[in-house]
Amino acid sequence: MANAKPLPTIDQWSKPFWDACKQHRLVMQRCNSSGKVWFPPAPVSPVTRTSNWSWVELSGRGRIASWVMMHQGYFPGFADDLPYNIVMVDLDEGAMLISNMRDLKDRDIKVGMPVKVVFDDVADEISLPKFVRAQES
Amino acid sequence: MAGWSMRDKTCIVGVGTTEYGSFPETDAYGLGVKALNLALEDCGLGYEDIDGLIVNRIAYDRFSQITNINPQYMLATEAHGRFSAVSLMLAAQALAAGAANVVALVYGNNGKSSRLQYGGGDSLWAPWGLTSPGASHAMMFRKHMAEFGTTSEDLAHVAVAFRKHAALNPAAVMRKPITVDEHQASRFICEPLRLLDYCLINDGGVAWIMTTAERAKDLKKKPVYVSGYARQDDFSHASIPAPDYWYPSLRKVAGDVYGRAGIARDAVDGLMIYDNFTPTVLFALEGIGFCQQGEGGAFVRGGTLELGGGRWPTNTSGGHLSESYMQGWALFAEATRQLRGECGERQIPDCRVIQYICATNVSSSIILRN
Repeated sequence: MANAKPLPTIDQWSKPFWDACKQHRLVMQRCNSSGKVWFPPAPVSPVTRTSNWSWVELSGRGRIASWVMMHQGYFPGFADDLPYNIVMVDLDEGAMLISNMRDLKDRDIKVGMPVKVVFDDVADEISLPKFVRAQES
Repeated sequence: MAGWSMRDKTCIVGVGTTEYGSFPETDAYGLGVKALNLALEDCGLGYEDIDGLIVNRIAYDRFSQITNINPQYMLATEAHGRFSAVSLMLAAQALAAGAANVVALVYGNNGKSSRLQYGGGDSLWAPWGLTSPGASHAMMFRKHMAEFGTTSEDLAHVAVAFRKHAALNPAAVMRKPITVDEHQASRFICEPLRLLDYCLINDGGVAWIMTTAERAKDLKKKPVYVSGYARQDDFSHASIPAPDYWYPSLRKVAGDVYGRAGIARDAVDGLMIYDNFTPTVLFALEGIGFCQQGEGGAFVRGGTLELGGGRWPTNTSGGHLSESYMQGWALFAEATRQLRGECGERQIPDCRVIQYICATNVSSSIILRN
């Protein structure tokens, strides 16, 4: 496993997110008062600063806010993938997520392009949200 | 401006900079002390005069023990480069409040010989392979390209200008002039950013001595006045590349800093811009209003930032891209030397006012005058 890709560091706030990913569901916290959705998971809503929030399932749809191709080999686990894409996704519900297109070599990516979430089972307990192209909604 | 009482109240009176490069025979403390000794010699003050100390990237207790400084005011600021300007502002406030009379500000960094990597390791986005500040800026710049039509070649003009300046600076690490074509041919690190869009990690030390305007009058050299400063933080995008390029924060800073300094933008002779990566220079210029948002790329073409003809000579030392990445600390040493007329071949003629700008989640600007 010396050259495995990095796995997420899971804490008490992000555990429900990763538990849902394992079931191939994308969830985030939503403020019960304002409707704001945020990531990464946090103890309180940034709007009310209270725990008056709920986990909600998202549509999994969004648009490419930006993207890069990483050429530098910072992680041994990505050495065979260089250069690989990284995308910043503006989810329809308003939060941003960093991820990859499922095909790491894909570089035909456009800012504003619609995408939808898919899940890659990368370890026994971990499924990573990734993205693929979606139809214009 | 009502509520702003700091105009010209404090001064930089001494600066010291070590050589920049790889110095495994010493460490961050050794480099910091060396810079501090040079800064004291520069202003004619001694260790007995220092009653305030601000350190960066070195531990305050160890540094104080090494140098036998036992101050009445002390702070250790966070390692991010945005804290160089913050350190200066805090020193000014401490001096104005009478918490200290002479503050030594010391930066020591042995990032090169300790093989410091700005990437890899555990982090929020590591499972998807996003790591390093450069990648974050690459993500921001791609968005800027899509939104405004900016190009990688626009960035080349920033890199070329600063390298031209470095060629005139004996202390700079990279002094061989480069062309736009050479920038465009340099390898991608995180596309759309290339090798020549990145700053240079090196070992080095920088120190400044600050005191009150009153105390500054009878020191060795002409004081450099801290005329005005402003800062606006925005951590709402702290865990992702800022999709707004910190533009709202920078607009707020621009709205405050000139009025506080009592100096109009037109009176500024040169700029020091925090250039960890070339796009940051465009974000800073647009945010502070040297051009409209989205026009940064066109603005830096045609030598605008270059000595010897450009209206806004910027980073006359070569900056982080070509002198050395001293996280803003060396930019203030360069500003001080420009305002004293000590810069020789790279001197801005009749330099009266320098403006520092840092575009980040702690956006700031400081206006210095002689």
